[in-house]
Amino acid sequence: MYGKGRIIPALILFLGLMTTPMWYKSGDAGKMPKPEKPKDYTECVAPTAYMRTSHMVLLNEWRDDILREGGSRVGKTANGTEYVRSLQNGCMKCHNDKKKFCDACHNYTSVKPYCWDCHLQPKEAM
Amino acid sequence: MDSKRRDFLKIAGLTAIAGIAAPSAFNTLLKGEANASAQAVADKACPAVTGKRYGMVIDVKKFTENPGLADQCVSACHTIHNVPDFGNKKDEIKWIWVESYSHVFPENTQYKRPDVLKDMPILTLCNHCDNPPCVRACPTKATYKKKDGIVGMDYHRCIGCRFCMAACPYGARSFNWRDPRGKDANGQPFIKAENSKYPTRMRGVVEKCNFCTERLAIGQIPACVEVATQTKALVFGDMNDPDSEISQVLKTSFTIQRNPAIGTRPSLFYII
Repeated sequence: MYGKGRIIPALILFLGLMTTPMWYKSGDAGKMPKPEKPKDYTECVAPTAYMRTSHMVLLNEWRDDILREGGSRVGKTANGTEYVRSLQNGCMKCHNDKKKFCDACHNYTSVKPYCWDCHLQPKEAM
Repeated sequence: MDSKRRDFLKIAGLTAIAGIAAPSAFNTLLKGEANASAQAVADKACPAVTGKRYGMVIDVKKFTENPGLADQCVSACHTIHNVPDFGNKKDEIKWIWVESYSHVFPENTQYKRPDVLKDMPILTLCNHCDNPPCVRACPTKATYKKKDGIVGMDYHRCIGCRFCMAACPYGARSFNWRDPRGKDANGQPFIKAENSKYPTRMRGVVEKCNFCTERLAIGQIPACVEVATQTKALVFGDMNDPDSEISQVLKTSFTIQRNPAIGTRPSLFYII
């Protein structure tokens, strides 16, 4: 092969540089997000594991049930505490700081939900 | 066999006609459609009463007697629902608004009407039709009819095609051409005072009156009706409940609906 003394080292160098981001941080998931939980409340509307993976499903279920089926606007937790089935008037009552709660994970996973295009976030946290 | 070509063709033709016609004739007779069709027409004109159907009576004279009341109703509704004021007619968003008699009832005669009708402020809003054309037109089911008769909207699903606006015969729907959360040239927000209990909308969706379904759910009456409580200019209630106030008013007063001939069966009634 003509000029292999230069081509092969150059190729190795090129591949090495291209894959830098992969091996530079290999084995490190980065700093895990720590969403700040509300201090005054210990219990959410559903178990933490479910809320972590499926809170958006729950919000859609509330919306369809209330808007279309005329479902109840008030729900009960496992321990019997009543809550409002609403993002703006329910969730944000306890999780009143969007930046410290919602955004912590959403930014980490690069998810950009459009909730706040219409819904208003709590004033004191803005 | 001594069958002629002519006879063979006759039999073949008759068999073909019988084969095509028999199944459809049997189907019609077996399902009883022939008998039931007359009943179906009657049912459509006067549907059976099931569940609730919210409606409103608007006593137009009371608004002339109480000048400014109509505007109070409008502003109460628009404040509660975060309806933006873009400051021009072209972009206007309206859930409830004031119109002239000739615009609210264009199909009625305008010939030799009393002068007083010309300047009368007539409050108008979504008719929450029993047979809503907007719901049929919506390709995403963003607008729908609920069991209580309210024609609702799910803004999450609205793609802003504006078919519903073209379908609505009453002009009750408005499109957000601009961002409702934005600010005008002087830096003033389009939503003067945000109600933190109710969401806003975003650019590119259609919006309209929801008969205060969020207030009804917690036992309150619609905002416009609340403002007009003292004057009884607006009466709201379940039209399917024979003892409700609105049923009594409808029974005792002569009321008219907006363009009833098109068969939308509106839930708004006007006492002129």
